[in-house]
Amino acid sequence: MMRHLPLMITCVEFENFVIDYLEGRLSARERRRFEIHLWFCRECREYLAAYQGAREMTRRAVVQGEPELPDVPEDLIKAVLAARSPG
Amino acid sequence: MLAVARRILDDAELAQDCVPDSFISALQKLDTFEGRSTLKTWLHRIVVNAALMKLPSRRRANEQTIDNLLPESDSNDCRLEAPWQTTESPDHLFERNETAGLVREKINELPETYRIVLMLRDIEELSTRDVAELLEITRTTVKVRLHRPRAALKTLIEPMLRGER
Repeated sequence: MMRHLPLMITCVEFENFVIDYLEGRLSARERRRFEIHLWFCRECREYLAAYQGAREMTRRAVVQGEPELPDVPEDLIKAVLAARSPG
Repeated sequence: MLAVARRILDDAELAQDCVPDSFISALQKLDTFEGRSTLKTWLHRIVVNAALMKLPSRRRANEQTIDNLLPESDSNDCRLEAPWQTTESPDHLFERNETAGLVREKINELPETYRIVLMLRDIEELSTRDVAELLEITRTTVKVRLHRPRAALKTLIEPMLRGER
């Protein structure tokens, strides 16, 4: 358990920032507040590491063994575009 | 196309039906393909759409709550998280044949409302904006419906990551 310093977000507020933090969508100020919390809070550091580990496991479990969609040949794209143009 | 439909629907038969529907839809919407996105992205979106149209509504009626799987905090809003003594790496865990199946079982325990958003965002890699448009919900709702199942899966997968099973 950690003591919250003035202006520091709480662990509950931390939850609201996780998605945007991982996608690099926090403002500079928000990111600083998030990272200060992370620096002080052992529980949130470990939580975040496990959250990311679980995400990776989820992705690998779902896509494992499935073929990657091949890129569509350029000729086919041209043909599709030509087909939709009148005349 | 079949793999995408199968991931979203979690039903092989429905997913198979989805493929011809997607081709028909693609032909009907050919005029909307402007070449700005790749054809692959455009077709992917069409398959996702077709799969969402086929989602059985019955699954929504039996949804269980996941509140018991979400992070816990004390009266001071401080997180309760047992210390991590050891952490297994996903690489190491996936060396075992059963890992993928166990994780997929956990994903399927999620209520459909959450599983769908998780699939669209984390597996199909659609943006929050695209998912909001497809499901006709707000971006804030998308974020809530993404974070909650991720947090729930963290709890469900945690014993594996901690090397406890």
